[in-house]
Amino acid sequence: MTTFNELKTEADRRWQDLVAGDKPWIRVGTAMCGQAVGAVEVVAALRSELEACDIPATVDEVGCLGMCYAEPLVDVMKPGGPRVFFSGMAPEDVGSLIDEYLVNDRVPPKNVMGYLGEPSRDDIPDLNSLPVVAMQRRIALRNAGNTAPDDIYQYIANGGCAGLNKALFKMEPDAVVEEMKASGMRGRGGAAFLTGLKWSFMVRSSGPPKYILANCEEGDPGAYNDKGILESDPFTLLEGIAIAGYATGATNGIVFIRHGHDGPIDRTEKAIEEAYKAGVLGQNILGSEFSFDIEVSLTGESYVAGEETALMESIEGKRSMPRARPPFPAAFGVWGKPSTINNVKTLSYAPEIISKGSEWFSSIGVEGSTGTAIVCLNGSIVYPGLYEVPMGLTLGQVINDLGGGVPGGKRLKLLQTGGPLGGVLGADSLEIHLDFDEMKEAGAILGSGGIIVADEDACAVDLTRVLVAFCQYESCGKCFPCRLGMTHMLEIMERIARLEGTRSDLELCSSVGQTMQAGSLCGHGQLGFNPVRSALEFFDSDFRAHIEEKRCPTGACNKTVLSPRNTRFFAEDVRAKNQPLEFAARS
Amino acid sequence: MVATENGNLRERIRQAVAGQKRPTTTVLSSLLAAQDELGYLPGEAIEEVARLTDASINDVWGVASFYTNFRFEPPAEHMVEVCWGPTCHLVGASTILKQLLDDLGLTGEGDTSDGRITLKYNTCLGACAQAPVMSIDHHLRGRMTIEKARSLVAQASKRDS
Repeated sequence: MTTFNELKTEADRRWQDLVAGDKPWIRVGTAMCGQAVGAVEVVAALRSELEACDIPATVDEVGCLGMCYAEPLVDVMKPGGPRVFFSGMAPEDVGSLIDEYLVNDRVPPKNVMGYLGEPSRDDIPDLNSLPVVAMQRRIALRNAGNTAPDDIYQYIANGGCAGLNKALFKMEPDAVVEEMKASGMRGRGGAAFLTGLKWSFMVRSSGPPKYILANCEEGDPGAYNDKGILESDPFTLLEGIAIAGYATGATNGIVFIRHGHDGPIDRTEKAIEEAYKAGVLGQNILGSEFSFDIEVSLTGESYVAGEETALMESIEGKRSMPRARPPFPAAFGVWGKPSTINNVKTLSYAPEIISKGSEWFSSIGVEGSTGTAIVCLNGSIVYPGLYEVPMGLTLGQVINDLGGGVPGGKRLKLLQTGGPLGGVLGADSLEIHLDFDEMKEAGAILGSGGIIVADEDACAVDLTRVLVAFCQYESCGKCFPCRLGMTHMLEIMERIARLEGTRSDLELCSSVGQTMQAGSLCGHGQLGFNPVRSALEFFDSDFRAHIEEKRCPTGACNKTVLSPRNTRFFAEDVRAKNQPLEFAARS
Repeated sequence: MVATENGNLRERIRQAVAGQKRPTTTVLSSLLAAQDELGYLPGEAIEEVARLTDASINDVWGVASFYTNFRFEPPAEHMVEVCWGPTCHLVGASTILKQLLDDLGLTGEGDTSDGRITLKYNTCLGACAQAPVMSIDHHLRGRMTIEKARSLVAQASKRDS
């Protein structure tokens, strides 16, 4: 059994070797954003070149530093030097990086981006002077891009497990729940419910077993922050789950991820393995009386699986269709046992909140929306990436100051926030603050943190059609108002996009939307009209042009209209194509 | 001959389903394991999963037909997925998709007649910062243009799996 102090001593020793040793430490971001632009190939080239040149160096694959636009990003720390960043790397750039910088200490001009840390350099920019770094306040993402996601000692050396240790040895479970309540932390998954309050619901439920479920389904197009945390720093999630488990008296944690997202899956499973080895998970964690297990559960492709009751159905191996509530998960959850479902981001804040205290956390952000927002900026924006900023900034500050605004001198047209069900905002929304309640009042949600930016070339009808097509494709089919309503709404949107719509189509849409809202079990149907409602509110002129003047002002709708048809077909259709089945008797 | 092939198929399915490493196995996890092994779910997989998880054939079909990543015929040699999520759409995914469909002689999701390429739409591949995104044999490729996408698909068509 290893105590926290023993782990910390070992972690600090290893960390000193890394940062103050005699070998360069090279970190390469290979999260999904890096992989998509060739980071894996860059790492391979780097390793083979270093070996060929016989240069000893530590090479770590890390997660996402947030500046996805700069990927593939190579971060080189030479003994006694600052971290120097090389952006947009390709395998053929590796040779000159090694020759020029590693061997000769000349900075190759082609890829150099800047430096971080001491000693300062005057020949290249200090990254802290860039808004993409300076405007951030990283809590849940504090280690992303800085530490190796498979090395628990790097995590512990940077403050990891201190929160869990404090909870286990200095706090009663109820005190942990109270601390979370006092921090004002609200769920980052979409509903923005008070996290501490949610935890308190399960405290008195009977167990064992009792479950903490970490939701990383994250099917929202435009959001990649949950996956980003799992790829960059899975330990902060695991520690957060263990803290939630201790606070609520749970025995088991399940990390729920979509099949096919191999980076997040592999890194989480590796981290779980390392955590068990270090005694941070399993029996008598850190030498305490508390025991807790965590495993990964994969879901098939289904957006609705991210809804909390559908998620439990999926973990049980069934169709991910929502359950009726009550009973609520805190009493009757997965396998009929008490369960608390939190989003990955929400749980990832817990270690720092417990370690540094609720006052520290609630001093960041604004009243009612404490802490930070983790936003995924993408679309027509100069610096797309994964950023963590204090709550209370305006959307304008995030889009223009941090994100660099719309490229090519074009005008901002609309923002789509919080996933497809979140709705759209117009260009006049830049004064709105990152604040759960203010966003909701404005008709949008902060939700999962995705912010999709569209410029003047985008057509509100075209984008709304795509959002509705997504919602139609992903309706699970359980509630007919959603299943049929979404299909109906897509037909209407396609009609309008083909310039065949009429004014009465919009009334029909609204009537269908109201039925969906009243008659659906989960948010998918209840909020399914949001994209259309909000688009009509902000971009009525776009709809009028299509319907009354029979033209698409930007021409986006004149291109081929492609949208997949729902493929959740009946088993009979599949069986008709296959050989007749021999019926397997149940034993 | 047919019987042996069928026997091998069943054996591969049984091993894949029985060899799952995660502690909790369910109908869904077993179907995912079978499809990871074979690339699709033949009728035999449905039967074997039903046997091994003590579920009914209908229950297993129910799950298999629900999740859109399951397929019931062997895939082509290479899997090309193109993202049509809103971010990718805004930055040109539909024109890339249209060009690939034309090049491959397809009108929608499906397999090419020569059995080389399976084209699939994906609702979000998860690398929106690098939009437009596609994936070839599960390797993500971002910052796509029509030219880059065509050349990647052409390379895959020529490559043996």
